[in-house]
Amino acid sequence: MPRFTFHRLWAIVLKEFIQMKRDRVTFAMMVGIPLMQLMLFGFAINSDPKHLPAAVRAADQGPFARTLVAALRNSDYFTLTREAPTEAEADRLLKLGDVQFVINIPEDFSRQLLRGERPTVLIEADATDPAATGPALSAVRAIASTVLSRDLTGPNARLRGADGPVDFQVHAHYNPENITQYNVVPGLMGVVLTMTMVVITALAITRERERGTMENLLATPVRPFEVMVGKILPYIVVGYIQVSLILLAARFIFGVPMVGNLALVYAVALLFIACNLAMGITFSSLAQNQLQAVQMAFFFFLPSILLSGFMFPFRGMPEWAQWVGSCLPNTHFLRIVRGILLKGNGLAEIAPELWPLALFLIIAMTIGVKRYRQTLD
Amino acid sequence: MTAAAANPAELAIDVTGITKRFGQKTVVNAIDLQVRRGEIYGFLGPNGSGKTTFIRMLCGLLTPDGGQGTCLGFDVLKQQAEIKRQVGYMTQKFSYYEDLSLRENLDFIARIYDVPDRATAVQRSLDRLGLANRSTQLAGQLSGGWKQRLALAACLIHSPKLLLLDEPTAGVDPKARREFWEEIHQLAADGLTVLITTHYMDEAERCHRLAYLAYGNLLARGTLPEVLAGAQLTTWVVAGPGLRELAAALKKLDGVEQVVAFGTTLHVSGRDPQKIEAAIAAVRDPRHEWKQIRSGLEDVFISLMDTAKDNFA
Ligand SMILES: Nc1ncnc2c1ncn2[C@@H]1O[C@H](COP(=O)(O)OP(=O)(O)OP(=O)(O)O)[C@@H](O)[C@H]1O
Ligand SMILES: [Mg+2]
Repeated sequence: MPRFTFHRLWAIVLKEFIQMKRDRVTFAMMVGIPLMQLMLFGFAINSDPKHLPAAVRAADQGPFARTLVAALRNSDYFTLTREAPTEAEADRLLKLGDVQFVINIPEDFSRQLLRGERPTVLIEADATDPAATGPALSAVRAIASTVLSRDLTGPNARLRGADGPVDFQVHAHYNPENITQYNVVPGLMGVVLTMTMVVITALAITRERERGTMENLLATPVRPFEVMVGKILPYIVVGYIQVSLILLAARFIFGVPMVGNLALVYAVALLFIACNLAMGITFSSLAQNQLQAVQMAFFFFLPSILLSGFMFPFRGMPEWAQWVGSCLPNTHFLRIVRGILLKGNGLAEIAPELWPLALFLIIAMTIGVKRYRQTLD
Repeated sequence: MTAAAANPAELAIDVTGITKRFGQKTVVNAIDLQVRRGEIYGFLGPNGSGKTTFIRMLCGLLTPDGGQGTCLGFDVLKQQAEIKRQVGYMTQKFSYYEDLSLRENLDFIARIYDVPDRATAVQRSLDRLGLANRSTQLAGQLSGGWKQRLALAACLIHSPKLLLLDEPTAGVDPKARREFWEEIHQLAADGLTVLITTHYMDEAERCHRLAYLAYGNLLARGTLPEVLAGAQLTTWVVAGPGLRELAAALKKLDGVEQVVAFGTTLHVSGRDPQKIEAAIAAVRDPRHEWKQIRSGLEDVFISLMDTAKDNFA
């Protein structure tokens, strides 16, 4: 029985590398897509948003209220586009997205402050983009306590209080679950890898078939497993380039904290990349032509982006969607990467998410090798 | 190897009853074929007659629906992997990588077959092609004829024992074709077996043996004289004025199967000598000069094809 041989595998690997090198456009896309996505999603994950449009409804014109409004106006975080609109108008502004915040200063703000009653400032936030709202909200608190503390001198100094002189209530509109900004970049890693890796390998075998080179390949002694692995290996390198690009950008452009072990991220990425490549190869062996292969890849990509917890909070999805999501490698990879980077999880903590990836890889690879037709029948 | 040595007849290809169906259609119908080692075997037949399909079954690219046999001593149904290692198959359509250079293509194939001393083998192959100075050119940029030559070089690189060539000279210029045939004869003299399909009659005549396939059926086989004799075709040639009218008249007559213009003459053929002579007598004109000649291979093949059509109708 003919067995696997390394020289045949290596022949395929080299050939794929040369073809990759020749196909500059595709290669540029594979580097360009992560960069482009980073730029696009970069707005949402800007860790230091500035000049967010805000409206102030100051029912009180007292000195403290004026100080607060002036301070907000002077801060970089906000651009006070409107002042003192009616409540209905404020709602409309939020709804239209003309402002991201409405800061409501109550009627007897100054008086309550002086009485030490910690007046309540209600901040209505458009939290559809929570990544941007989060830091702005903490900025409001900081600004308020700084400027007001400066005004509260002498006998009033006691009013500064342990919790600050003012109580801030945040009313987040439109987004029930606040996804933190840092969720996005690690998630992006999974999305980018799914998108490029599946598509590129889905084309790998159908391209050979469409160009007629498959007939030649099949007439040689090369084994299905050698073709599959030979086509997968070069793209693992590409996958690692993408992972590195995203990690670099995450760290130095978006300042995502990296608590955990980066080596672990790279190790898990290998498994995840292999999952996607195997999926692509399997599509490739099922599809009749390149168009079908791309459609299949897209069919896989959409739930990977929508149901994996990247786009919507996983727990907020209906049960069937969670079930579908659990079958997708991206879902598990997102949890692993977020866990490692943000919470500093180690191997023990990510283990429950690792075995579904391994299982997926085995199943995809088996179907791929089984479906790979060794004849033209 | 053991099986090959055990085969005393020294047949490179020995298959019987090979059949292939696509859906309802029988594309290759119970074909028996024996090819001796070191022989150049010509495989002819009209478009769609099943030549490519048959060759694909020989090298394990298609699974036969029926039949059995050996190729280089290996079972065609079970030992495809062993067969593939010792066969060079040149596909009808160019099937090397257009985005790889000549050298890279040859190098890839050499690696796949684990050719010993690969670099030398690739260089020798390029030199023989006369393409050593263009080895970095992409295969896709070659002209059609050069692609054919590259493909031939590539399927020879692992020194196969059997060459299966599917229309290797389609679109190749006469000089290159002659060189190609010289090389094939040289290789055969060294012991390589070649099964080659072609639509060119002059090439068919250069083969040691021929087989003629039509609609999946093997209609004739043997050496050139055997095939010519087997067809039992009578051919007359006529020269003179008004040949167009004469051709039209002849075609309506019983027993006249083919009327073909060759320059300033007509070839008139039929399988029944009496009927042909009667037909000629019917259109006899003193200005015409009639002469019986040996039937050509092309006349024979066209006659075979018409017979096959009759049988299938
Ligand atoms: N994969 C396939 N599926 C269905 N029918 C096929 C397939 N491959 C070939 N055929 C049919 O089988 C018949 C024989 O085809 P084949 O390619 O063997 O002919 P050929 O003798 O090589 O012709 P040509 O001289 O044009 O190359 C044709 O009618 C063709 O349509
Ligand atoms: Mg053919």
